[in-house]
Amino acid sequence: MTTLVIAEHDNASLKPATLNTVTAAAQCGGDVHVLVAGHNAAAAAAAAAHIAGVSKVLHIESETLAHGVAENLSAQVVAMASSYSHILFPATAAGKNVAPRVAAKLDVGQLSDVTKVLSPDTFERPIYAGNAIATVQSTDAIKVLTVRTTGFDAAGQGGNAAIDTLAAVATPGTTTYLGSEIAKNDRPELTAAKVIVSGGRALASNEQFMAIMTPLADKLGAALGASRAAVDAGYAPNDWQVGQTGKIVAPQLYIAVGISGAIQHLAGMKDSKVIVAINKDPEAPIFSVADYGLEADLFTAVPELTAAL
Amino acid sequence: MKILVAVKRVVDYNVKVRVKSDNTGVDTANVKMSMNPFDEIAIEEAVRLKEKGIASEIIAVSCGVAQCQETLRTAMAIGADRAVLIESNEELQPLAVAKLLKALVDKEQPGLILLGKQAIDDDCNQTGQMLAALADLPQVAFASKVEIADGKATVAREIDGGLETLSVTLPAVVTADLRLNEPRYVTLPNIMKAKKKPMEIVKPEDLGIDVSPRIKTLKVNEPPKRSAGVKVADVATLVAKLKTEAKVI
Repeated sequence: MTTLVIAEHDNASLKPATLNTVTAAAQCGGDVHVLVAGHNAAAAAAAAAHIAGVSKVLHIESETLAHGVAENLSAQVVAMASSYSHILFPATAAGKNVAPRVAAKLDVGQLSDVTKVLSPDTFERPIYAGNAIATVQSTDAIKVLTVRTTGFDAAGQGGNAAIDTLAAVATPGTTTYLGSEIAKNDRPELTAAKVIVSGGRALASNEQFMAIMTPLADKLGAALGASRAAVDAGYAPNDWQVGQTGKIVAPQLYIAVGISGAIQHLAGMKDSKVIVAINKDPEAPIFSVADYGLEADLFTAVPELTAAL
Repeated sequence: MKILVAVKRVVDYNVKVRVKSDNTGVDTANVKMSMNPFDEIAIEEAVRLKEKGIASEIIAVSCGVAQCQETLRTAMAIGADRAVLIESNEELQPLAVAKLLKALVDKEQPGLILLGKQAIDDDCNQTGQMLAALADLPQVAFASKVEIADGKATVAREIDGGLETLSVTLPAVVTADLRLNEPRYVTLPNIMKAKKKPMEIVKPEDLGIDVSPRIKTLKVNEPPKRSAGVKVADVATLVAKLKTEAKVI
């Protein structure tokens, strides 16, 4: 029994979500192999070899794998799948894109957003935006999972796995990568941040969102998040969205500013260690999950908080 | 060009679901059901492509119980031309739905297949990608902008940290993310018109598809509750508590 983890990387380095996925893989029992499929990705492969608990790294080089295009990456995974009992992806935008394609090619079901490994074939996963937790058992020979990173600790360093270089299998070439716009900032990634400050619709405009929230985030070295309502209204970019349809986060400290606390938002942040809510509506549902609630007008309270830190 | 759009009937997004007392699932009896919000965005996108003269016909398809006919009528009220219900009382998991849709793709030969990125009941986020795999088509999941020209689709998609643009040959599978568009409100005249549009009903057996589930649900529980903490009087108290009590700053 061996588990294959599909590393998420930008060729130069591994994304932290890979480390949590390795921990989930170790809990499935058996050896853990990591696939690093990319272009000029030797550095990412070397980093994978240093993860504690990894016994082998498989490195595939091809220009077609430079950007993780689903068709091309899934073809590599499918080609090696028969050697594995489990194939695990992080439940990130990238992993969720590719895992179902692999599962369907193998004619097996797929389990999304696994938060707990109970046995090699039985897992827990949230449904209905986290309002219910299902215990599910896979009846397929190969289990294909995406792993919710907040459910598992990051694997440590100190491994010394062998790196096997494999040839890429041919891909259909029907998808062409044209480019990407990655917002540049010095902030930590939302899903890996220790502190997150998150804004809601009460910020009332993009200008106010940035003017009020950015100084607080700077002070705390925090990542910036937003509710779906704020994203829908155009106050914050889509990839800041925390919730069922956005990112699932579990930082040490989550500060919700002007967020009422819709079910779908709570689903994305209620596993945070300490939750602070600042809202002027005393009935806001966010207060029912907050460790510390401050009933106040955010336009005065947040600058005051920023100044006090 | 024909566009096939898959829609799912789910518990309305405003409903707070309850876990059944015997822990076999979530109580869906007497609960308001609606079209999955992401599927509504997918239908809207198809209708916009038809309004631009790019699509000639929109076929809405749903897999599930007889009541999915209502969901398909809504799709036709938004602007789909006809509908297909693949009727089954079985629990249909994403792999089974993808196989049913693949059979329909073979029959209808659409140039574009649109789906929502994720259903808000099982939160799987799988069906579109699985359909693309089974039909051997390129896929673009989490689309926020779609442009069609010269037998290709240029699609911007949401990725962690920003956007990525892919060009795929048609036919292709595209799944809709939140920002793709804002679906229109259905008007009464369009609801009336939708009642007269054709709806075909087939069974999985008619398509020769085995829909037996691959994943068994052993039990469904309430999530652990998080209890409310304390209200603090002012910013100074908050900062003091975070420093000395919670020790997080």
